[in-house]
Amino acid sequence: MIAAATRPKYWSVSTAFETLAAWFLAILWIAPLAYAVWAAFHASEHAINFELLAPLTLDNFREALSQAPFLRYGFNTFVLVSMLLVSQFVICTLAAYAFARYEFAGSNIAFALVLVQLMITPEILIVENYGTLAKLSLVDTITGIGLPYMASAFGIFLLRQAFKSTPKELEEAARLEGCGMFGILWRVYVPLARPTYIAYGLVSISHHWNNFLWPLVVTNSVETRPLTVGLGIFGAPESGVDWSIISAATLLSVAPLIVAFLLFQRQFIQSFIHSGIK
Amino acid sequence: MRHVYGWLLLMPAAILLIGFTHYPTVATVFSSFFSKGTVIRPSRFVGLGNYESMMADPIFWEVLVNNLWFAAGTIPTSIALAIAMALLINKALPGRTFLRMAYFTPTILPMIAVANIWLFFYSPDIGLIDQILSLFGLPGHNWLGDPATVLPAIIVMTIWKEAGFFMIFYLAALQHLPPELEEAAKLEGASRWYYFRRVIFPLLMPTTLFVLINAVLNSFKLVDHLFVLTKGGPNNASNLLLYYIYETAFSYFDANYAATLTVVLLALLAVMALAQFFILDRRIHYR
Repeated sequence: MIAAATRPKYWSVSTAFETLAAWFLAILWIAPLAYAVWAAFHASEHAINFELLAPLTLDNFREALSQAPFLRYGFNTFVLVSMLLVSQFVICTLAAYAFARYEFAGSNIAFALVLVQLMITPEILIVENYGTLAKLSLVDTITGIGLPYMASAFGIFLLRQAFKSTPKELEEAARLEGCGMFGILWRVYVPLARPTYIAYGLVSISHHWNNFLWPLVVTNSVETRPLTVGLGIFGAPESGVDWSIISAATLLSVAPLIVAFLLFQRQFIQSFIHSGIK
Repeated sequence: MRHVYGWLLLMPAAILLIGFTHYPTVATVFSSFFSKGTVIRPSRFVGLGNYESMMADPIFWEVLVNNLWFAAGTIPTSIALAIAMALLINKALPGRTFLRMAYFTPTILPMIAVANIWLFFYSPDIGLIDQILSLFGLPGHNWLGDPATVLPAIIVMTIWKEAGFFMIFYLAALQHLPPELEEAAKLEGASRWYYFRRVIFPLLMPTTLFVLINAVLNSFKLVDHLFVLTKGGPNNASNLLLYYIYETAFSYFDANYAATLTVVLLALLAVMALAQFFILDRRIHYR
């Protein structure tokens, strides 16, 4: 009560000012994307002159799809992202379980070595990793794009934290019920770490959907190229520049992720927070 | 027995991590001591020869300096904007959900898509920026074609892309601050700026360090936009270290010199890792 009574007037004036500033910044921030969406639905000659009332059209999407196989690229990205998600979950779960519950010889050194990957991500070592893929004859395959990322230090780290915070009594109880090593993992640890799996999953999906440099190096055919690489080739100035078509192609590439983000905004943001704080 | 189980569980991850992180790191250092092999002259041990030619390579110094400017141009501004965004969203302002969505959306776009969108803004004469300038009777400019403006143009775009990402971490930190702090500041009649400068900002220091180190790492790892916007040009004015490594390896086919450049990048990342380990983990002192 006292706080409210003695509150100086300028706090409310400044709230009005802050609302204005916040909205100004938000409009500035959303404008580039809003422009791309608007341009994608208008003919190029209208789009570059900002004729806001020009007629809507879907021709740009038709044209983009006829110039490059974006549906195929989208399929490739989908295969890549799902393959990575499943293999990361399996591989990171096993490793995290080992670190959280088995104090095996050398586990501290092993964990430190795992964390090295947080700094040295596979795309930094493109030359050597490309050579390794060539030896495995995995160049220009979707498996080849995914393989270096399947063991993820980030995933192991997050899941280890989650497993460590699981009460040991639950494990004892499951053991008394007759659960073995994998039974305990599957029935106790994995279900309790669900929020961590969701958080890590969303971060992983958006990261690999957007990854570019490594897939660019590894792929050289339509059958393997993910959306980002397809879009990077499409947008190259040599291929002739039509802004509306490029906007349409850009939208096609990011639409699934943007739609998912708008639908699950809260989970997305919570996931990024969750994965960053540790 | 638990030793065996532990290592067995770790096995799949260990094989992949050794294969794609540890082995290539060692192999990169090793290969940086060998000359480029050709059909006539096979690769041979040259000791520090590649490092000597690197020191004498003006492009190497240019991309390194560019990378430092890129970091210096993007990081402080993104962090300041991220703090401002987080503070604004943390209050119950009208339209909070929209504000948060607007700030965060650039973060989930791939850098390639961002570059495609901004390429239009920067294109000479017909681009958005030149059209706005022409409204005021100012002449157009080839933003990405001029060595003086290309790096600032890329910096502005990167700030747009990254500020919302850093905002998330500040938002998380602000939500953990006790609400009594603000009540106390109000009772004392502290001004908003004083409250921010003496209370909020120091309390956000651990977050700032975390974000800072990640931002520096990003500034060395993020080169996707160069493929669409400039290809490192004009005349290497916007070239960055990792892009130069890519060019050296896959356009000039000099894997050994690329390895030498990669060793520099690895050394920079290692310094960052040590900084994170020693500064961040020792916890910041509040006065």
